[in-house]
Amino acid sequence: MRLKLVPTETSYDFFSLSRVTFGLSGLLVVLSIVAFFIFGLNFGIDFRGGTTIRTESTQSVDVGTYRDALTPLNLGDVSITEVFDATFGPDKNVAQIRIQAQDGQEAITPQTILAVQGALVAVDPAITFPSVESVGPKVSGELVQTAVLAVVLAIGAVLIYIWLRFEWQFALGAVAALVHDVALTIGLFAAFQIKFDLAIIAALLTIVGYSLNDTVVVFDRVRENLRRFKKLTLREVLNLSINETLSRTVMTSVTTLIALISLIVLGGDVIRGFVFAMILGVVIGTYSSVFVASNILLMLGVKRDWSKPDNGAAGTQFGNVDA
Amino acid sequence: MLQIPFWKRLMIVGACLLGLALALPNLFYVRVEGHNDAIKEIEQAGSTPVLEAQKGAWPAWMPSGLVNLGLDLRGGAHLLAEVQVEDVYADRIDAMWPDVRDALREVRAEVGTIRRQDSDPAELRVRISQPEGMAVALQAVRELARPVASLTGVGQNDIVVSGDSADLIVRLSEAEAQATDDRTIQQSLEIIRRRVDEVGTREPTIQRQGEDRILIQVPGIGSAAELKALIGTTARLTFHPVVGRSSNPDQAPGARNEILPSLDEEGVFYIVEQTPVVSGEDLVDAQPAFDQNGQPVVTFRFNATGARKFGDYTVENIGSPFAIVLDDEVVSAPVIRDAIRGGSGQISGGFTVEESNQLAILLRAGALPAELTFLEERTIGPELGADSIEAGKIACIVAGIAVLVFMGLSYGLFGLFANVALIINVGLIFGLLSMIGATLTLPGIAGIVLTIGMAVDANVLVFERIREELKSAKGPARAIDLGYEKALSAIIDANITTLITAVILFMLGSGPVRGFAVTLGVGIITSVFTAIFVTRLLIVWWMERRRPKQIEV
Repeated sequence: MRLKLVPTETSYDFFSLSRVTFGLSGLLVVLSIVAFFIFGLNFGIDFRGGTTIRTESTQSVDVGTYRDALTPLNLGDVSITEVFDATFGPDKNVAQIRIQAQDGQEAITPQTILAVQGALVAVDPAITFPSVESVGPKVSGELVQTAVLAVVLAIGAVLIYIWLRFEWQFALGAVAALVHDVALTIGLFAAFQIKFDLAIIAALLTIVGYSLNDTVVVFDRVRENLRRFKKLTLREVLNLSINETLSRTVMTSVTTLIALISLIVLGGDVIRGFVFAMILGVVIGTYSSVFVASNILLMLGVKRDWSKPDNGAAGTQFGNVDA
Repeated sequence: MLQIPFWKRLMIVGACLLGLALALPNLFYVRVEGHNDAIKEIEQAGSTPVLEAQKGAWPAWMPSGLVNLGLDLRGGAHLLAEVQVEDVYADRIDAMWPDVRDALREVRAEVGTIRRQDSDPAELRVRISQPEGMAVALQAVRELARPVASLTGVGQNDIVVSGDSADLIVRLSEAEAQATDDRTIQQSLEIIRRRVDEVGTREPTIQRQGEDRILIQVPGIGSAAELKALIGTTARLTFHPVVGRSSNPDQAPGARNEILPSLDEEGVFYIVEQTPVVSGEDLVDAQPAFDQNGQPVVTFRFNATGARKFGDYTVENIGSPFAIVLDDEVVSAPVIRDAIRGGSGQISGGFTVEESNQLAILLRAGALPAELTFLEERTIGPELGADSIEAGKIACIVAGIAVLVFMGLSYGLFGLFANVALIINVGLIFGLLSMIGATLTLPGIAGIVLTIGMAVDANVLVFERIREELKSAKGPARAIDLGYEKALSAIIDANITTLITAVILFMLGSGPVRGFAVTLGVGIITSVFTAIFVTRLLIVWWMERRRPKQIEV
């Protein structure tokens, strides 16, 4: 007996609630933008400069004591958070201390770090410092630029590729889905104030890749069915294609989520934010390839002059790869 | 039809075996690493029984390439430094002064007396007493210009000479400044490399980034501060005639002199001539030693030019003090008792043994041509890295097993085929990463786990397609054939788009993110290969042996 997450034959109508789903997506994107501007992102030192010190001790972390120890040093904005992880034993208490970039200095001076470490050792002799990272404002500014450039370039490159392989309506649908995914992820990071650093950009780009993967598989089937069933309306073709690929969509999402969930539970706290972003991305990306990308395709309509099935229509000159 | 020519089968199996063989050393990481280190050591320092034993722990005929571990996994220090390239302009301009002076003296009749003015260090400003002779002065100095010795600056001169009422100003031309910058960076790279090599850590990464930056990554070093102490010191050693002593740091030192603090005496300042007699560039050797009182000192030796200059100076100045200056601090200011002709001497400045060791290293490796400022520094402790590897390993194994079970339950026998392909896939990823000498970072491990999840995608696409084709009541062989054929375009499109994002990440990312891009990209390539070729080969083998009338996918 096979494990089947999706029945063998399905014929859901994915567009019967298209106003609701589309409206919901639109609303969520708007909310994300609002959250981004109101709360802002909780940027890590990669993007705003400063220093983070990771501490580890056999004694339990007392944020108040740490703060009192550091206050006399006049370091400006200091944030102290305790880090929890399932893999830590009772003897392993970890905290993360973030210090803002000091005025007029690119990187923090060794004296400052020594002073901070000295102050902490004074309150907790068992404390150690597994990592110290410091980024100057000059570099962090550039990192922001590169990160934005990377996301924009990725979306642009994908737009062009899908345009070449399909038609412009497909490309627009796919890119709208991508923007939707990236916006929602950023919105959630803003709403929950999860630390946003360089690794999250990598996660965002992976989400772009994953979401696209999903969208392309659906579109590929749409392209095929458009040629096969010339009598069906676009809406029927889209529904048919999504239903036919539904089993695969769910299977792949589930295997990917299995892997990611084992990583978020067991992979340690250092990459938790990164993995969390990807889990969000997989869920949102799967949703958007059906409810955003296909919806937009339906709204834009597709030229259905497939008189010569293989190379007749404009824009599909590379649409027939046989490897 | 379901036929794969023999040579193709051979190539598929060969590629898998090769990949797995390349991945194998990573399973015995510590042993292979010891083997590789021992080989290097034996090449450099000759053989010892211990090294031979280490070398023998891994057979020589086996592949021995390993995946490099990134700093976040191995622990170590990372620094991004910016070279203050403008520092060098001042030296260049300074060095030009004697020539400019001589050139102007030759036209003394027209320009009158000349005097160098204090100015922005990047320019040479000379006042002439007869401003009406400026045209002649400009002419005379412009003749000193030489063509720029660089590819981009062909046809341009190295200096720009201009007049400003009674002042004649000499600056470096843009092309020359650029060429100078380039040399400065190259020199800095070389000197940083020498210093890091002197302390003998393994596989440091020292590379230029962008216009004027240098990235330094040293695995295994305790902290970035330690690394900074080693490479952040300019270690510019100079010997200056002493004009006087003072306790007032704000005292006007007089023209062409400067006031410098003493290294070890609080509140003592020396007024010295700005232009040094000899500088560290003329050093050929420096060693830590002890003086007759048992105090740590550094002994040094000059080359022939340095020895002559120093000898001449000491002959003429017996009885007066000279200052040994290290990075704008006076280490000591002894009185010259005898002419020092041998070209060697010692520096004593109340050092500890460690300090004298470090100073000797720095002097031997040479001075940095310009100061470094640090833009980014990261220290990762080795335990944190080890924890990350351990956590990543467990996550990988659990993710792998969960996916294997899930695939088995969903697709039965075909799921098992996909599982074999998945295991080969992970092996191939490590094999390829070892082959290209890629660096594995923590996000890179995440990339592998993600690939485990996504790698089955291509297989899922094919299997789902085969299921559909089976419904249209064709024979199993035909259905499998059509399944592969029709799923291909979706597989290609889906993976090329992901590959595009991986390439962009690689181009724009740095450090750990780049490591992620590499594993993601490699993972995409191997997963498409295993899905299209390996699973298919397995299915074909099975079909050929069993010749089933019916299949269930």
